[in-house]
Amino acid sequence: MLDLQYLSKTFNPGTVNEKKALSDVSLHLDKGDFATIVGSNGAGKSTLFNAIAGSFYTDSGRILLDGQDITFWPDYRRSKTIGRMFQDPLRGTAPSMTIEENLALAYLRASGHTSPFSRISKADRELFAQRLSQLGLGLEKRMKQPVGLLSGGQRQALTLLMATLVTPKLLLLDEHTAALDPATADKVLALTKSIVAEHGITCLMITHNMHDALQLGNRTLMMDGGRIVLDVGGEERARMTVEDLLTRFAKNAGHTLDNDRILLSTQEDS
Amino acid sequence: MFTVATVLSALELGFIYALVAMALFLSFRVLNIADMTTDGAFTLGCAVSATAAVAGHPFLGLPLAMLAGACAGFVTAFLQTRLAVPSILAGIITNTGLYTVNLAVMGFSSNVPMLKTKTIFTAAEALLGENAPYKLITAVGITVVVCAVLILFLNTRLGLSIRATGDNPDMVRASSINTAFTITIGLCIANAMTALSGAVLAQYQKSADINLGTGMVVIGLASLIIGETLFGRGGMWVKAVAAVAGSVIYRFIIALALRANVPSECLKLISAVIVALAIAAPALKSGMAFRSRRHNAGKEGRKDHA
Repeated sequence: MLDLQYLSKTFNPGTVNEKKALSDVSLHLDKGDFATIVGSNGAGKSTLFNAIAGSFYTDSGRILLDGQDITFWPDYRRSKTIGRMFQDPLRGTAPSMTIEENLALAYLRASGHTSPFSRISKADRELFAQRLSQLGLGLEKRMKQPVGLLSGGQRQALTLLMATLVTPKLLLLDEHTAALDPATADKVLALTKSIVAEHGITCLMITHNMHDALQLGNRTLMMDGGRIVLDVGGEERARMTVEDLLTRFAKNAGHTLDNDRILLSTQEDS
Repeated sequence: MFTVATVLSALELGFIYALVAMALFLSFRVLNIADMTTDGAFTLGCAVSATAAVAGHPFLGLPLAMLAGACAGFVTAFLQTRLAVPSILAGIITNTGLYTVNLAVMGFSSNVPMLKTKTIFTAAEALLGENAPYKLITAVGITVVVCAVLILFLNTRLGLSIRATGDNPDMVRASSINTAFTITIGLCIANAMTALSGAVLAQYQKSADINLGTGMVVIGLASLIIGETLFGRGGMWVKAVAAVAGSVIYRFIIALALRANVPSECLKLISAVIVALAIAAPALKSGMAFRSRRHNAGKEGRKDHA
């Protein structure tokens, strides 16, 4: 489904601030794969997502999605088949527009079903209400309200629905529950799991929760210094503990994991 | 306090200039861009419409003016979205260039008199009779139709994308829409409306002048903000009515100022002060709230020690 071939990106080349953010990253995901990504601060996790989503063009390498070479596609063209969520709940929705209007925009990704001059139809409204009711937040009764009135958790749940309203080929989740309180985070994560499973969406998820990294999905990737240093799945992953994961990381990366939030969360959990 | 003629002319001008307020509603409020093309686009509309009317095509003058205005908006949008010129500078550049273009449209003369020329207003007079308020009916008709079409458009899928562009461009790109495209469409429509306003005004006052558009962006903003302050909370329809009402109220303020013998040279300064105060209002309000909070906190402290 997704094929990354030798992706490299250097920021500010030739200056004192030169930073090699990605170096020769290659990755293959099969259809329906759900891989979690953990890594140190500045390991290149978000940079990798930016490269896949087209926030910038890579210096070298190729990106193939479902057999199509999208390396030089602009971001808005890629977004037709790639859904994305950020940590910040404010990034995914337009606050002064209503829930219904936000959903109508997300629904534009379904190509060619309507003219640009058409308005939100009754059928659209029914579809939106039905999908909103699946979130279990009662938002289907508030479709005419501006999104700015919603809480962070509600906005993030809505963004999740918008990213998957038209089933994407690939879903990129960048610590999308990290800014929410624990109970809301659990709820949004549960929704994520059920929506991804229901539609068999190929998914990459950055997390700082080591337990989630091992339990969610079917593969775990670890990044460090712009490279993928560990990629485990199947039997091996099923038997792994958080400690095993940290040991393997230290061995492959040549140093211990230095993500403060990961270390805090492992201490809390143990 | 006002004669019927003053009221009528304030209403007429209010509705004609309301198109500029609506244009700025689209560019300044919806797209979140301070579009400096406005002044030049207004004069461009005047020039095109006057030249067309003099050539015997007063009606054709209006769509031609809109087309010209849309082109001006396109240039600004192109500079901004494709060539990475900062948005305010892009407008100023286009505006500067338009000065020459406007002179050229008027045959390199700084004004076009059209005393005996047939205009849409003389046509309306012939149709409605000279005793009917034909000028007001024409101005209201044009403004209401254009505003209604704009609001209907803003609720279409393309319109929603334009609205979201000013609100959250990231989200628009994530919905597979190119923000360069939505900004371009938005600025073209806004400047077409500004030019239409100039086009109607030129035929209304039977002359076009190279300086008619000077300060138009501030006048439009003043109208828009007056309307928003008085009626602004609500859906898109309420906002459109507010912009039109603001423009009419602005004209009454000007009429009042003229009646109070304020010299007409001072009107631009008055407009500038109104806009500066209106835009600064939220900051002034929170500043005052902070000061009074600090002042009271000092008193509370003394009470505790006593």
